[in-house]
Amino acid sequence: MTAANPHETLEQITGDYKYGFVTDIESELAPKGLNEDIIRFISAKKGEPAWLLDWRLKAYRIWLKMTEPSWAKVSYPDIDFQDIHYYAAPKTGKDGPKSLDEVDPELLATYEKLGIPLKERGILAGVAVDAVFDSVSVATTFKDKLQEAGVIFSSISEAVKEHPELVKKYLGSVVPYSDNFYATLNSAVFTDGTFVYVPKGVRCPMELSTYFRINEAKTGQFERTLIIADEGAYVSYLEGCTAPMRDENQLHAAVVELIALDDAEIKYSTVQNWYPGDKQGRGGIYNFVTKRGACRGRRSKISWTQVETGSAITWKYPSCILQGDHSVGEFYSVAVTNNYQQADTGTKMIHIGRNTRSTIVSKGISAGRGQNTYRGLVRMLSGAEGARNHTQCDSLLIGDACGAHTVPYIEVKNPTAQVEHEATTSKISDDQLFYCRQRGLSAEEAVALIVNGFCKDVMLHLPMEFAVEAQKLLGVSLEGSVG
Amino acid sequence: MTVMLEIKNLHATVDGREILNGINLTIRTGEVHAIMGPNGSGKSTLSYVLAGRDGYMPTQGSVTFLGRDLLALDPAERAAAGIFLGFQYPVEIPGISTMNFLRTALNAVRKARGEAELSAADFLKLVREKAKTLDMDPEMLKRSVNVGFSGGEKKRNEMLQMAMLQPRLAILDETDSGLDIDALKVVSHGINALRGPERSLLMITHYQRLLDYVVPDVVHVLAKGRIVKTGGKELALELEREGYAPYVGEAA
Ligand SMILES: Nc1ncnc2c1ncn2[C@@H]1O[C@H](COP(=O)(O)OP(=O)(O)O)[C@@H](O)[C@H]1O
Ligand SMILES: [Mg+2]
Repeated sequence: MTAANPHETLEQITGDYKYGFVTDIESELAPKGLNEDIIRFISAKKGEPAWLLDWRLKAYRIWLKMTEPSWAKVSYPDIDFQDIHYYAAPKTGKDGPKSLDEVDPELLATYEKLGIPLKERGILAGVAVDAVFDSVSVATTFKDKLQEAGVIFSSISEAVKEHPELVKKYLGSVVPYSDNFYATLNSAVFTDGTFVYVPKGVRCPMELSTYFRINEAKTGQFERTLIIADEGAYVSYLEGCTAPMRDENQLHAAVVELIALDDAEIKYSTVQNWYPGDKQGRGGIYNFVTKRGACRGRRSKISWTQVETGSAITWKYPSCILQGDHSVGEFYSVAVTNNYQQADTGTKMIHIGRNTRSTIVSKGISAGRGQNTYRGLVRMLSGAEGARNHTQCDSLLIGDACGAHTVPYIEVKNPTAQVEHEATTSKISDDQLFYCRQRGLSAEEAVALIVNGFCKDVMLHLPMEFAVEAQKLLGVSLEGSVG
Repeated sequence: MTVMLEIKNLHATVDGREILNGINLTIRTGEVHAIMGPNGSGKSTLSYVLAGRDGYMPTQGSVTFLGRDLLALDPAERAAAGIFLGFQYPVEIPGISTMNFLRTALNAVRKARGEAELSAADFLKLVREKAKTLDMDPEMLKRSVNVGFSGGEKKRNEMLQMAMLQPRLAILDETDSGLDIDALKVVSHGINALRGPERSLLMITHYQRLLDYVVPDVVHVLAKGRIVKTGGKELALELEREGYAPYVGEAA
């Protein structure tokens, strides 16, 4: 199927959510349900070594005894974990594509439609992409160029085979397999994801990104990302995500682990645009994600930037463990909830080392009947001599039926540590809307402009290549919220 | 001269209360009109009704602008048709630079008028030139719209927007209030620069001070939601001497 104008066709199919189409491709599915055989099946599919299968099984046995967390301010019906396919992969030849030329044209067309051309030229010429489709990575671009610089950028399945020593050393070292209900589930059943290793002293020569796409019905996506910046290394990484429009809810439970050694810096950006459900709150992705970075080295830095516009429910707290002296953690977040979306998101900054610093800037926008909670922990341990945190937490309300909540937790065990917390809540005022409209903007353009202004302090941390897209996305997510 | 704006028997309510009760006003192309009146007489309400603000409900009468039914258009359509409202209290938009705002507004209006967007270079050239005539520091354009601006700076910013958008009818609501004499001269200069055979002005003011610099063709007195007297520019001087007391009584 090649449409003359893919964008036009897309809009006809999907209306507001422009990424809601389904790719008609033959998939190989694991039978529904979760048990040790399924885990063995996944592991065998990936040709994994025994240690990794053991690791999965240990996680699974722990998970069986765990209960779903209930402290977040989100509500949803019980998830039937036996009613999910834990593995779905587009059918390919025996070993999967070796190069971009071998990738199924249908998949290439899908990513083209999503605005993520898997070609090593064009608008994203400066960005290397790993494309994850349901449970597997279907293509990774610019591998050779990155290899020249010594950077490893591959799917995690491939990394298990090619760089087992690195994977074994770091996998689960930040988010252990017993960490929490969803992370433990992920440890048992993760299927693919991205692996990045930047060696000592190397500044990664281009932006790296992964584009996650859920396509199959009744599947969950459980990806695992592992990024290691060795001493003095720098890398900027971005993930994007979309899914088809469906009436049922689909589960996405990812784990991301970052490790920064001495003087290393990792910049991790997310533009999350999973299908949010319809205007009545039917369908949409449950986005239950564990993301954590360890600043192990001295003067290391981890910076999270997230723009969360999609998903029916978002549950995620990208965190930093500031172990190394003088290490720095940052969290910049925009979360939008419109219609019946719910978001409970924030961060944890755990200060262990001396003179560690962290900055939190959270912007929550609620419209329609959306519920938006900022939940953040700042913990200064007894060794965190001279540590500092600044938190700025702003909520913007559009209309009267939505909600914004701020839940900060602050624990200080070192008397020299300083913690500052500021929070504001405001509404988009009629004055602002009218002022913009009088100057020629439509009501929707006016909302988009005002919201972008509200989010500026976060948006300016996004890589340039994605900032414009993310700005537009904010406007689109809030369509229909006024007027 | 052709008629630009014709208001016939306009009634309007705010929060269910009738604020305008039977306004009649005709502005021809190229004319400058001033509306004066005591506080609370409905001057700002009239400007909002003309610009299409939600909550300011026309209940009777008609408004024709360049041959079109103005009341049928939404605020952005009115802006594109050439209505500009200079706000009595300009609004702050945090996080959006004045430059970005001007560009977004200008492009929105140009698009609606079927004109091409200005290139970044042409836009920059134009905005710098206009800012200069208003004695505005270009650095100010980098700051968020009206955030932390002084009263005078806010009013200059309104004039800059007007100069960029080149409206057919500018309604200026108490543009003179809060200005010192130097700022008043600069702003008046900006208003006069817009005057021309193709444009009209409706100046709302409390004092006649502004009218020394921007001399009107017609002066109206608005009291209790109705135009109670119309005259030439000498009417402004008379009001300055004698106050609004006689008119307030008359309309009651
Ligand atoms: N948003 C509003 N809500 C309620 N009453 C209003 C509102 N705006 C104006 N009014 C009332 O309408 C009347 C006219 O106000 P306004 O048009 O601001 O007068 P002026 O500009 O001549 O001082 C006043 O009595 C004012 O209290
Ligand atoms: Mg007024």
